[in-house]
Amino acid sequence: MRFFAILNFMKYIKELFIILFISFIGEVLRYFIPLPIPASVYGLFIMLLCLITKIIKLDQVETTADFFLLAMPITLVPASVGILSAWDFVKSHAWAVVAIILISTVLVMGVTGSVSQLIIRKTEGKKK
Amino acid sequence: MKAFLENSVFWATILTLTTYMIGCAVKNKINSPLAHPLLISVILIIIFLLVFDIEYETYQNEAKYISYFLTPATVCLAIPLYRQIELLKKHWKAVVAGILSGVITSMASILLMSILFGITKQLYISLMSKSITTAIAIGITEEYGGISTITAAAICVTGVFGSISSSIVMKIFRIKNPISVGLALGTSAHAMGTSKALEIGPVEGAMSGLSIALAGLMTVVLAPLFANLI
Repeated sequence: MRFFAILNFMKYIKELFIILFISFIGEVLRYFIPLPIPASVYGLFIMLLCLITKIIKLDQVETTADFFLLAMPITLVPASVGILSAWDFVKSHAWAVVAIILISTVLVMGVTGSVSQLIIRKTEGKKK
Repeated sequence: MKAFLENSVFWATILTLTTYMIGCAVKNKINSPLAHPLLISVILIIIFLLVFDIEYETYQNEAKYISYFLTPATVCLAIPLYRQIELLKKHWKAVVAGILSGVITSMASILLMSILFGITKQLYISLMSKSITTAIAIGITEEYGGISTITAAAICVTGVFGSISSSIVMKIFRIKNPISVGLALGTSAHAMGTSKALEIGPVEGAMSGLSIALAGLMTVVLAPLFANLI
């Protein structure tokens, strides 16, 4: 049993290594390409490309990746607490800012969903 | 206590995990969209910092180790996307058109309301990219002279509000197709919308994750156009 536990441990270390290594390549690209695109977005596309070309197989990253995805909201907590230090700048325009945020969020959600749904229905209608 | 906290490495991590676990427990007890673990965690931490009179910077300085994991977590969004790759190939036109229309709606509506409410250019720039992922948005805000903490705060409010209101908004606009639900959540409410989408289903989650990346890239391209319109 102990032997198998160690085998599994190696599997997770490798999964973690692949994910962190791709994040690192993303950082390298971020350093050399002068655009405000973060390392994580480069990394997302590199990971997708590696999966499509089968350089990385799904079961070589899956378990750790699913853990990271479930834990993602936790990584957003510290930045969100930053509302504390932004408050002084926003105070005088608070209502306008809140209105802008709420209204535009609803509009974006509605428009994105409706436009894509319309096109999906059209293409599926043609095939029938 | 302040002197201790400034030198302690783990307290901010412990505080974040504890409040998040409380958030999860509350969510399991009451089934309301308002019981969002992230929202509960953030509110509890803010109360803690205010009660003990601790500067945000002190917390941020120790909690940054948690933020480090946002990058690998975003990289992992490629996995649900790859699982749905056939669906993406089939509907790429709807995906691109949906996200692009969302990005334009976001920037145009923020521009119009900023003019209407008469807010300063600096504030407008800080809000301009609030529907996309924090890492890209802060880059844009700094590039065009906004205040990055406002952007981070606006992104958080957007994300929480987007995930809380999504079920009602989807009903009002009659958005039922899982692909469209995912695109709508990811384009409007970035990573927080995506964790909501992952809860709804695998197709929703994959499309929402893709939207984070594509909406972010499209906003980078359109930002110079919109930045000088006020």
